[in-house]
Parts: sequence; C-alpha cells; structure tokens
Amino acid sequence: MKSLAELQAIRDKARTQLNLREENPDATRIMVGMATCGIAAGARPVLNALVEESAKRNLSNVTISQTGCIGMCQYEPIVEVLVPGKEKVTYVKVTAEKAVRIINDHIVNGQVVTEFTVGSVAK
Amino acid sequence: MYRSNVLVCGGTGCTSSNSPAVIEAMKAEIAKQGLEKEVCVVQTGCFGLCANGPVVVVYPEGSFYAGVTVDDVPEIVEEHLLKGRIVKRLLHVDEEADRDVLKSLNETNFYKYQHRVALRNCGVINPENIDEYIAMDGYAALGKVLTEMTQDEVIQVVLDSGIRGRGGAGFPTGLKWKFAKPNQADQKYVACNADEGDPGAFMDRSILEGDPHAVIEAMAIAGYAIGATKGYIYVRAEYPIAIHRLQVALKQAREYGLLGDNIFGTDFCFDLDLRFGAGAFVCGEETSLMTSIEGKRGEPRPRPPFPAVKGLFGKPTVLNNVETYANIPQIILKGADWFASMGNEKSKGTKVFALGGKINNTGLVEIPMGTPLSTIINDIGGGVTNGKKFKAAQTGGPSGGCIPAEHIDVPMDYDHLAEIGTMIGSGGLIVMDEDNCMVDIAKFFLDFTVDESCGKCTPCRVGTRRMYEILEKITSGKGEMEDLDKLEELAEYIKENSLCGLGQTAPNPVLSTLRYFRDEYIAHIVDKKCPAGVCKDLLTFTIDQDKCIGCGMCARNCPADAITRTDYIAPGHKLASFTIDASKCVKCSACIAGCKFNAISKK
Repeated sequence: MKSLAELQAIRDKARTQLNLREENPDATRIMVGMATCGIAAGARPVLNALVEESAKRNLSNVTISQTGCIGMCQYEPIVEVLVPGKEKVTYVKVTAEKAVRIINDHIVNGQVVTEFTVGSVAK
Repeated sequence: MYRSNVLVCGGTGCTSSNSPAVIEAMKAEIAKQGLEKEVCVVQTGCFGLCANGPVVVVYPEGSFYAGVTVDDVPEIVEEHLLKGRIVKRLLHVDEEADRDVLKSLNETNFYKYQHRVALRNCGVINPENIDEYIAMDGYAALGKVLTEMTQDEVIQVVLDSGIRGRGGAGFPTGLKWKFAKPNQADQKYVACNADEGDPGAFMDRSILEGDPHAVIEAMAIAGYAIGATKGYIYVRAEYPIAIHRLQVALKQAREYGLLGDNIFGTDFCFDLDLRFGAGAFVCGEETSLMTSIEGKRGEPRPRPPFPAVKGLFGKPTVLNNVETYANIPQIILKGADWFASMGNEKSKGTKVFALGGKINNTGLVEIPMGTPLSTIINDIGGGVTNGKKFKAAQTGGPSGGCIPAEHIDVPMDYDHLAEIGTMIGSGGLIVMDEDNCMVDIAKFFLDFTVDESCGKCTPCRVGTRRMYEILEKITSGKGEMEDLDKLEELAEYIKENSLCGLGQTAPNPVLSTLRYFRDEYIAHIVDKKCPAGVCKDLLTFTIDQDKCIGCGMCARNCPADAITRTDYIAPGHKLASFTIDASKCVKCSACIAGCKFNAISKK
C-alpha cells in the first residue's frame, strides 16, 4: 500500500457488496414478482437483467429483490420500483430488454418509462 | 454483482452447532437452483446471539434466521432466495406474535439497545477478506495517522477520547501510550493481550474471529504513536478459529503492504507476530504474558518497572486488550469527541458483555457504558430462564464480585461497579437465579484461582487454598461462625500481599458474596442447610408418601439402589409408595428429574 488513493480504490470497489448489508432507507427498491406465475412468465431473466445492468452502471443505492404474487398474473412478469418519497411505479410484461431500459431511464435518469407501466398496458 | 447476500455465522458458538455444514449445504442448494451468480454466501464473525445459533442473515431484507439446520437450507433457498418469501418459522422473534410482523434485525430487543463499536464489523463482513474490511473504512485510520498526524497528536486523540482498558483494570489507554513514547530504546514493542481467561467471557475471541483486521490496524497505529516497529499478539491456543483468521488477516495485510516496510509510502515500518498461550490463566496478567512471549515460564514479576519502561525483552512496551484495540481505529476516524459522547462521565464509550448463565439470550452484547444492569438482563437478555427470579449477576469472573438483585439498576461502568464491590473486568456477566447457592459460587471461583495460581508468591499460592478449605468446610456442614472472620482476614491479607492481579483479586468473589449474602453463609453454618438446595452434604432427599403413586420411576433411575418400595399405600392410590435410604443416597437428583408427580424434595 503506497498511498491513500490506492486504499480508496480498493474501498470503492468492495463497497457495492457491503451496501447490501446495511439498512438504507434512502435506497431505491426494485421488486420482481417471483411467484409461480411470475417465474412461468419469465421473471428470472428479468431479475438477472436488472442485477447485471445495475452492476454495469455501478449503482450503489439500489436493492433488487423478489416478492410474491402481486395479483395480476396475466401481466407477469411484473416489476415494481419504489423510489423513497415517490409513488410506486408498476411495470408489466417486462422482458430482459425492457428491464435494461427501466434501469437506464427510470433508475438512472429519473424518467418513468410510461409505455411499460400497468396504466398504459391495461387501457 | 450479487442481488442478495447470505451471511452465515462462522464464530465458535455457531461453528460448534454445525454452521460450516449449513454453509456447504447453502452453496450446494444455491447452485442447484441456478442462483450462484445472484446470491453470495459469506461466512462472517459472531452476531452475538449465540444462544440461537447457527445464525443466518439474508440481505437486502435483513431477515434474521436462528437455529438453522442443514435440513432447513432447501426451504430458505427455494422460498426466500428464489421466490422472495421469508421463511417465517425460522425467524428470530422476541414473542411468537411478532412472527407475522416482520421486524428487521435492529428492531429486536436483543439488538435494539445495543450500540456496536468494537463489534461493528462482527457479523457484517467476511473476516477472511481484507477488501470487505477496507470497504468498511478499514485501514483508513492507519492511513490518516501516517499521512496527517504526528505521534503526539495520535496519543492526544486517544487520551481525549477517555478510553480505558477493556481487559479488566480500566487504566486509561492514552496514558499508557504517553508513558511509553518518550522512553528511548533501540527497539520498542506493541503487544495485544488475547489471552482471554475469565470463565464465561468470549468477546475478545469474537472480535478476533469477526474483525481481525481492526486489531491489526490498531496495533500499527499504536506502533506509530510510541515508535515501535514490532508487535506480538498473544492469543490462546484454545481459540483455533481466531488463530486461523488472524493468520489469514496477517498474510493479507502483508500482501497489501499494510504491514511491512514503508507503509503508505512513509518511513513507518511495522510487523506483527503471533504467540500462542497454553491456557494458563496467569498469562493474562501483563508481566506474565510478556514473560511467556519471551519463551519463559509464565510468571508475574513485580511492578514497577512498568511495561512502558521495561516490558517485552526489557524494552518499552505497550500492551492493550483486544477490545481496547478494536475501538482505536474508530476513535481516530470519528474523533475523540464522538467516542467521549458515549457512556458517562468517567467511563467513556461502549463495553461488550458476554451474557451467560441463567439467561434466555446467551451471547455478546455491546452497550454504552452506564447502561443499567436491568436493561441487559430483562430487555436485551430476555429475562431469566424458566421465569425464575433473578438473584445475582457475577461480573469480572474470578476477579470480580456479584451484583445482588437489590442493585439491579446499577449503571454498568467502572466506578459504579467498584462502589458496590465488584468490577467490569473483561466483561463476563453470569446471571444467577434462586437455584444458585452463593457459597457454592464463591467456592467455584476460588477453586478456579487455586488451580490457576502460578505459585510464585505465598499469599496467593497458600492463602487461596486455605480460603478454599474453609469454604469446603462450610459447604459440607462443618463450618463455625468464626470461619467467616477467618475468611475475611485471610482475604484482606491476600489482596494486600499478592504479587500480581491474580492474587490481589482472587478473594473478591468471597468478599462480595459475604457482603450481600452473609445470611446464606450463616444458614450453612448454623442451620446446616443450603437454602438454594445445591450443597449436597447439607441436603436430604425425601419422598412425600402421599403424593407418590408408586410408579417406581425413581427407583429405576437411582444409580445407588437407595430407593425401595414401602408397605404404605396412600389414599386414592393403587400401588405402595417408595422411600429413600439416606445412608445409600448419593444425592444425584436423578430421582427428582424422573418424578412426574413432584413427590420428591431435597432440603
């Protein structure tokens, strides 16, 4: 170890893993419906895509987890995004490609991808 | 990137209840479900709730599973990790009703009152991965010290924080460093006392197992502050997991150049070595410990000269306890004021207690100094087992004393405990209920010190044995009232004249039980009775013939054939009752344990 900068670099790299283990009320929560209906409709690749895209973009303030059946089985796979202080956004019939856009537009840039939300599909 | 972390406790408690097998099963099951790229299994240090091990915590939810067996693993993986449904039946809860109201770890009573500084990384990071320690700001304090602070500034911060030694004596850590710094020598040393010997105390082991780098970092900081380039960690050979993690940690720290030459590109060079203790209690005493590191028989020597002047190999040495060191990096990073804001006037910071004995939540708890004992027992500890009445708590192990029920609200800090005749010691806290005999407890601790006395000085070698013999006499029903005066006289003499801390504190358990439970001693001597029903020589076992239904269970359980059937059939019963032959009875209590009708009593 020759400098503080070197230490800082190791710290930042290892930090993402540890973020998961702290309670962080400010974190954005992304939840994927992973009951039988969700898994059957293809929720697993969606979950993987969300995780991979977040990793690629080094997002530290996001937790991705699964949840049970949300109740609209015909619209699975369903992804819910909870940004603290904002209304919950529900995306339906999500695919791996759509998942990448949700991360890029919604999580990173704060723009809800309206065309994928339950409101626009159910109309 | 992983979306979920599964933390499994790899401390000694959970390891002995089979957590390594749980880890293996968890990894295999996760691979079977194809989740190995999403879910990471991490072996951590102690979570503290050792009573309910093995402990498994799943993040990001923070679900705290207790008592997990290999058979539970497939359910956790399939339900929780795959489908996101928390396995409620395995959650640790304070009350059954809480099972449906999902609480995170920090909301349970066991954790709610705690404030973790020394234990902050235990149960959070993988102790065998230096990157995780660095991610928790590890080695940042060492970096700060080496690049921004002078030696005197470091010592001043430690002094200002008010931290006192966590090993037992409570000497201000900053003062030790301040005394050692100006002494000129060709070599100075930093040493760590990890020879944790008090029966029931295991915080040092848990810190070494859960966060070994914190101790290594702190020792390097101490080395810089006093001008030492070499250090030793003296750890018990009975702590194989702690030793292994220390070895891994030392290797990783050397690879990263955090130990060795020119650390952080400065002139500072520092390295550490391990020395293993063979289990002698006296080697926890500082001069004995250093004698033992030198390769000689572990015996104390008179002080002065103090280690700061003439310590290891006759050179100036700073010796601190594991828990003390674990606080140091935090004090450097967050400042003396932050540390001093915890605790009370004369006892700053937090203290780890090892909660054991008749308490529901056995384990490690870290609380701000000055927290009342009642909070530890009733709230964090979940009360006395089987709903029995709290009688006393022993603190400080064989060097300390007891806190009786009337003082249950005493603030747990150095000075308040000293006032009532006991001490914090290293933090062992053994809870006793109405079934514990205080004379027997005193005898137990004295038996320990008699065994562990090194024999170098007479007051300790002979005096503690004489005291033990008197206690033996009292508990066997042969005691006389003047024995109590003899005990007190001997105790004072031993305290005043022993060479080291072992002898100077050995009489404390006797003195403190005499102070608070003199009536129990008198009951043993005058009435020849043991009120708690522990001292076998004073007990007689009897069968209540009217309660006995004549099932014969007691006679079958009796190893001494002391129980026989009588001719008497109690009203309403069909079989003749039993009786105990006192001359054959070995007082093992096997009959009481087997009787379903509470017909047998000991008095």
